[in-house]
Formats: sequence, structure tokens, C-alpha cells
Amino acid sequence: MKRLLLLYRSIIGKKVIAAVTGAVMMGFLILHVAGNLKAFLPDAAPGVPDIDVYASFLRTMGEPLLPYTTLLWSVRIVLIASLLLHVTCVLQLARRNQRARPVRYREVRHVESTAPARWMLYSGSLLLAFLVIHLLQFTTGTIDAARFVPSGVYGNLYRAFHEWGYVAMYVGATVLLGLHLYHGAWSLFQSLGLDNPDRNRGLRQLAMVVALGLSLSFASVPVAFSLGALGPPPAESPKLALR
Amino acid sequence: MKFRLRIWKQASGDAAGAFSDYEVDGISPETSFLEMIDTLNERLTERGEEAVAFESDCREGICGMCSMVINGQPHGPLPGTTTCQLYMRHFDDGQPITIEPWRSGAFPVLRDLMVDRSAFDRILESGGYVTVHSGPKPEPNANPIDPEVAEESLDAACCIGCGACVAACPNGAAMLFTAAKVSHLGLLPQGQPERWERVQNMVEQMEEEGFGSCRNYAECEAACPKEISIKFIGRLNRDYLRALREPIDRHGPMDSQ
Ligand code: HEM
Ligand code: FES
Repeated sequence: MKRLLLLYRSIIGKKVIAAVTGAVMMGFLILHVAGNLKAFLPDAAPGVPDIDVYASFLRTMGEPLLPYTTLLWSVRIVLIASLLLHVTCVLQLARRNQRARPVRYREVRHVESTAPARWMLYSGSLLLAFLVIHLLQFTTGTIDAARFVPSGVYGNLYRAFHEWGYVAMYVGATVLLGLHLYHGAWSLFQSLGLDNPDRNRGLRQLAMVVALGLSLSFASVPVAFSLGALGPPPAESPKLALR
Repeated sequence: MKFRLRIWKQASGDAAGAFSDYEVDGISPETSFLEMIDTLNERLTERGEEAVAFESDCREGICGMCSMVINGQPHGPLPGTTTCQLYMRHFDDGQPITIEPWRSGAFPVLRDLMVDRSAFDRILESGGYVTVHSGPKPEPNANPIDPEVAEESLDAACCIGCGACVAACPNGAAMLFTAAKVSHLGLLPQGQPERWERVQNMVEQMEEEGFGSCRNYAECEAACPKEISIKFIGRLNRDYLRALREPIDRHGPMDSQ
């Protein structure tokens, strides 16, 4: 515990925390997008979209060993803690960096750093803003409460992504995520001291694959709905009972 | 050749600074960058104007004194060189050249282009040493070192402490310098006794001096006149994490049942 506190107090330690929590969130996003792609699967049963079954599975997983939604909430708590730690650490470091250069250069020529790397704070902050809207829209249903159906994920998606504003916002967020992870998915290995000249190329390519893969697959769902490639929800969809 | 110079002038650390414009002509392409400023200074002094203050010593790329940011790049546009090794043939005739001091809260400006880099000295003092016993000296080859390891250590030991890594870092971090110093000793057998203490002390001192935090941009590696790799920053992070581990106590008896 004392050592963990030491980690939190030092600037290298804060980077390590940012790297580990970033990796946790990145791992979650890979699972998340795999779930999203279920929107493209044929109905699980007549009138029951596959993704709705998946959503109810997320709540019942672990049963009967664990009570309803216990596992889901455990994952949520880990994610909330990760996000809070990530944001706290990077903001503290960003403030420190500002103080480290009180007088700015008149001329700066960047040689090696990429633009997405220098934009981390902006892409991250915008992702945080997006996350709030996203949860209010598809988790709590606060944004369109009148038409929101807790167990009807497919229908909720269908309604949202027939408004071009939401499609634009979600596609924009996937671009931001791609930019954040283009640097972040490599940077975390360097922060943890796991990169070396012999693996550098491979890790850079891995980051590219993760960033592009996540961006494109997240974007595919809203784009498919808005283009009509994904049709309306089953009319008489018998809603899965939500306890 | 002729150049239009825009140079930062600041009378002292407390005084407000500003850019001054100068013109120098009749400069041969074989003139070094520092000689070009020397020429400017001679002419300024002849005219009774104040010369531009800058630091230099060896003028052969080993002392690390000639710190200045030239057109937005520490030590100028040529990779792997210090300012003193830069020649005017690397510039175009008539080109405007902006010259600024290192910009870092930890390196206060003393005058014009001169900054106080003693923050680096204090980082070195906090851990850049090894234990040497005071008795008769051992035979130098008695302690075998793998040539690969020796080479890697020398790659880090190339650091001349010029501060270009800090000057180039958009975050004002001193990680490349600290990493080079930690690794250069930490790789060698002679550096093992203090290895874990060294990394903690040097990182702590680095924080105390107010340097920024690394974001893995690699601008430092590109600006380093000795082309030191950011792999040493990875190594620093690794050593730092290992130093934080609880010591394991393996003394004592073990039962068989
Ligand atoms: C969608 C969730 C997020 C994921 C998956 C994520 C992922 C990552 C990863 C993997 C890194 C690299 C860590 C390292 O360099 O060691 C990183 C760094 C960073 N993240 Fe995030 N991040 C997320 C959200 C955020 C948010 C909400 C912010 C806004 C404050 C943010 C701001 C930053 C910054 C500024 C860095 C650079 C830190 C530094 O090097 O000092 N991130 N992120
Ligand atoms: S004057 Fe010594 S390195 Fe340039």
C-alpha cells in the first residue's frame, strides 16, 4: 500500500497509472465493440434482435453463482475507477508540464512527435464529454426518455442513428478515440518500460491496428443504421423481461 | 553569405527580455554558427553596441555548453550535432534565423542565450556516483563486462548534459538526461550496489527541480546531439518500478512438514 502511494506521488508513477488504466479501458473497448457488432447478426429468435439477447446476458452473467448484475457492476466499478485515476493523473501531469515551460518559444519545429500525440489532452477531454452523453443516451436513457426501451438495444440504436446529428457525433468520437489510441496504445508500453528497439516497430504497428480497428468497427454501427443497411427493429419485438 | 538574425536579449534573470534584430553579411559558408555570432559580436562592439551573450567552451561537441534554440530546434536543424558543430553552409543565404535560449522553468535565463543548468548538476549529485573502496586498486580487467553491455552503457554515457532534451520536449521533461545518467551506471557491474537507490534519488531530484512529465513524444531523441535513444527512458521506468517493490525477506529456516 505504501508502495502504491509512492507510485501515485511520483511523476513516473502517475504515468504508470495512466498506462495501466488506459490499457484497462482499451481492453474494455475491444470487448465493447465486439458486442456492438452483434447488431449485424440475424435475429436470435423471430422478433428478438441478437444484440438485445447479449444486453440481457450482460446483466445475468455469473448467475446463479452471483446475483443479477453483480458481475456487470463489478466491471463498471473497475472502469469508473480506471477512468477517474486516468483523468486525475493526466490532468495533474498536464498542469506540471505547463509550469515546466513558463516562457514559450517564439518558434517551434516538431521533428519526431506526431500530432495525435500532442493532442492527447484534447482528444481525451472530448472523449470524456462524449462518454457522459453516451451513457445518458444508451445506458440511462435520460436523453430520449419517452422512447427509450431499457431492454431494446437494437430499437434504441435505430431511433438514435436516424438523426444525422447523433451519427456525426458518434463517428466524430470514434475518430477521437482512434487518435487517442494511435499514440496511447504504443505509449503505454514505453511508460511501463516494455518497449525496446527490437520490438518498437511491432508495437507501433499494434497501436495502429488497435486504433484503426476500434475506430472503424465502432463507426460501422451508426453508419450502417444511417445508410439503411441495418433495418428497423422487429415490429412486435417481445421485449425481454428486465428485472 | 548574409543572414537576418532575430536573437533573444535579456539583461538578467529578473529583467524582461525581447527579441532584437541584427544583420550580418560577408560570412563565409565555412564559418561555424558560433563564429558567425562572434563576428556579429565584434561588429556590435566596434559600433559600441552590446554584444550577444552566449556560452561555449570546447567548440568540438563534447562540453555541452553551446545551448541555443535555432529556428525552433535546439542546436539547430542538423541531427546529431551541437551548435558549435553547425556551419553556415547548412543555411540558405539571406535566411532569417531566430535564436532563443533553452526555455525551461528549471533552467532560468542568466543573460540573453545563457541559462543556468545547475538543476542537472543537482540531479547528478543525487545519484551519479558509485562506491569505490579506498584500499589497493583492483586489476581493471578482473571484473568482466560483456562487450554488448559495455557498448550500451557507453551509448548512455555519451550524454554531455547540454539540456537539449529539456529544451526540445514540449512537456519540458528531463527524462532523457536522467535516464541516460541512471542507465550508464546501472548497466555496469560497478553500478549495481546503488542501482535501486540511484534511480529513486535521481527521479526525486528531477521532480524537485520542476521538470515536466514525459509523454513519449521522442522529441528529445531527435534533438539529442549524441542521438541517445528513448529506450533508456523505458529502462528508467522499468528500473524505477523495480525499485519500488517491497524487499523480499528470504532469511530463516524452512520446515519440511
Ligand atoms: C476512452 C477511454 C480512454 C482510453 C481507452 C484511454 C487510453 C489511454 C492510453 C492507453 C494512454 C497512454 C498512457 C501512456 O502514455 O502511458 C492514454 C494517455 C492519455 N490520456 Fe487517455 N484514455 C481514455 C480517456 C481519457 C480521458 C477521458 C482523458 C481526459 C482527460 C485522457 C487523457 C489522456 C492524456 C492527456 C494522456 C497522456 C498522458 C501523459 O502521457 O502524460 N484520456 N490514454
Ligand atoms: S561548445 Fe562544447 S559542445 Fe558546443
